Amino acid sequence: MLLTASEKVQALVMPTNVASNQIDESAAAQPKSSRPGVRSLRVARKELLAEGVVRLRLEEPHGARVPDWGPGAHIELVLPVSEGESLSRHYSLCGDRGDANAYEVAVLNEPNSRGGSRYIHEVLAEGDIVTVGTPRNNFFLSQAERFEFIAGGIGITPIMTMIAAAEKLGIDWHLHYGGRNRDSMAFLKELEAYGDKITIWPQDEMGHLNLSFLETMPQGGRVYCCGPEPLLNAVKGAAANWPDWAVRFERFVAATLEAPVRTEPFELELEVSQKTVTVKPDETVLSALSDAGIPVLASCMEGVCGTCEVSVLRGTPEHRDSLLNDAERAKNDRMFVCVSRAVSDRLVLDL
Amino acid sequence: MSTIANCPAHNSSAPTLAEDPFSFENLEDPLPFQQRLRDAGPVAYLPQYGVYAIGRFAELSSTLENWQEMISGSGVGMHEPWRARGLLQMDPPEHDAPREVLQEILSSRALRALRESCLERADSVISPLLDGAQSGGQVELDAYRDIASVMPVNFFPDASGISEEGRENLVPYADHIFNAGGPRNELYKKGECRAEELGQWANDKCQRDALKPEGFGADIWAAADRGDITHEFAPLLTRSLLSAGVDTTVYGITGLLYALATNPDQWAALKANPGLARVAFDESLRWIAPVQYLFRKAGTDVRIGSQVIPEGTRVLLSYGAANRDPRRWDNPDKFDLSRDPSGHLAFGMGIHQCVGQHAARLQAACLLEKLIERVERIELSGEVEYNHNNALRGWGAVPLRLTLS
Repeated sequence: MLLTASEKVQALVMPTNVASNQIDESAAAQPKSSRPGVRSLRVARKELLAEGVVRLRLEEPHGARVPDWGPGAHIELVLPVSEGESLSRHYSLCGDRGDANAYEVAVLNEPNSRGGSRYIHEVLAEGDIVTVGTPRNNFFLSQAERFEFIAGGIGITPIMTMIAAAEKLGIDWHLHYGGRNRDSMAFLKELEAYGDKITIWPQDEMGHLNLSFLETMPQGGRVYCCGPEPLLNAVKGAAANWPDWAVRFERFVAATLEAPVRTEPFELELEVSQKTVTVKPDETVLSALSDAGIPVLASCMEGVCGTCEVSVLRGTPEHRDSLLNDAERAKNDRMFVCVSRAVSDRLVLDL
Repeated sequence: MSTIANCPAHNSSAPTLAEDPFSFENLEDPLPFQQRLRDAGPVAYLPQYGVYAIGRFAELSSTLENWQEMISGSGVGMHEPWRARGLLQMDPPEHDAPREVLQEILSSRALRALRESCLERADSVISPLLDGAQSGGQVELDAYRDIASVMPVNFFPDASGISEEGRENLVPYADHIFNAGGPRNELYKKGECRAEELGQWANDKCQRDALKPEGFGADIWAAADRGDITHEFAPLLTRSLLSAGVDTTVYGITGLLYALATNPDQWAALKANPGLARVAFDESLRWIAPVQYLFRKAGTDVRIGSQVIPEGTRVLLSYGAANRDPRRWDNPDKFDLSRDPSGHLAFGMGIHQCVGQHAARLQAACLLEKLIERVERIELSGEVEYNHNNALRGWGAVPLRLTLS
């Protein structure tokens, strides 16, 4: 999956507890390690999968294991797009999780890209070393009796791993897969083997996906949908009869946000470091923390990747991320400080 | 006995170790056997049971990480599971969703929120034991009976929302589950008669209407309402709190107090720097792993070094041996708060790593905080007794003399 709008040219943002020398040396110094953190992987294969889509195989150069992941997980790639500037991008994993030494991602060359996907398509070559983060999963596959998978374009990537899991579990599933035209749609050949479990909707032949199958919710059913925002909205509308929790989305881009509820500053009380920090209306919680000497690891800057999660001990955050569901929001026990703010005058954070 | 000629399982070149890890002698003191296991090689064959065994740190770590080949879905004991499989007896992808759910419920964030109530509970355990004595006075007690077996049996079920009725069943219930991980020996047989009754009792405790409206159990059912797991699976996941979350912590805390009582210089170091409390607990887990033995099954022919474990064979994992492997640890037999015990295998490693570890650490930290406040010296005041278990380092009695500050 490609987080198109979340592209941000930024200085390489790294956690303070991951020293930069670890990034260079992690594989060499600890060839057997699979600890969380950041690692350097080698582009072992780069191949054209469909029109404008390349698949990368990123291998541990020393044959060590890479950290485990499950269906729906994504990884961050740090791409040195130009001298002194790196770009952080997130891609869903689409390979075989049984493959313990490598990750695979499929990347669409976005015409509007500010450099990430273009770098991967045009510059990145087999044999290159790329910096890769630990897999995260905001789209995990629940237990269920039936899955309706809906993919639009490159949104097929996380769904591929879900199909593999559903097959292994022996759970009934169907894939509805839309794209501009057949040539642009990745994985069609692999998917053919599933016969009538898949419905392919090339837009130039058949128009938009027919979502009428969502009118009734099957017993124990779940929808997993990844694709461009118009598809997500269409699915949301078509599945109006389904409970919220049964219809799960992975977004390409952050949801469109309303203006913050507060127009005045608010305070952060940092319980561990015993500091108080004021957040002005024109700055993020993340930048206020950073200015106060409390850096928090962050990545997408749009509340979609989950890197900058901070525990909230007291106070009510204004959740502006695209990660938490309603139940998780209601707990008010965490926030993503790159985008989320405060409803209350004061937030007490576990920092 | 060097080899068994007609044993089809042993067709690799692994050295044979004609010993029984579950004999009375080896359960009474597992360390000599575990040293012989490490010294035999990266992997050894135990002909008595037709299983392989791993006792070195590097090989055990990589085996625990290797879920692809070393599977749990046929159980993590010597035999097939005797009851419905829970989280620990699952492989991906079946393991994914329930693990995700329980990991979130037992996250360090969730446990931090329970610190105050855990400290209160620790105080209610420690204070009555010490209140009769004056400063400089001495108190005699049993670390297992009076502290370790009281704290987790109450704190964890409370936090889980398990009702009070029948909590005396928790220790015998889990004791048998862990014994069932080993051979069908006397330890297994002694628990067999009550197994069905206690299993039913635990299942009943995990039903929605038996749980309190707040707690880990209720959180599990809420995850089912949110569609993350099925309602049918919720009681099984709740049951894992009872199976894995009580005895292990009881013995872990007993081991911690035994370690401090027998290493007065380390107690003094802890008194001088209470910030070492977390290190103290983890170092004690390294020194005496509460879970000593579990198994995996080779899902395919698995290569370990130059040897091959044949597909379908079970493999004994010796956590205690690996945590004292001199190839990994300097001076491994020393309980030493100046070392960094990070990476010890007492909680396991990989996708099945103990999901309740933050709960165990919280309880140990709160008890230590209360003891450090009031106790000047801790020493053994009598003979230690063990409660043998096929999988656990079980304690029966650890008599202590505490001198108050």
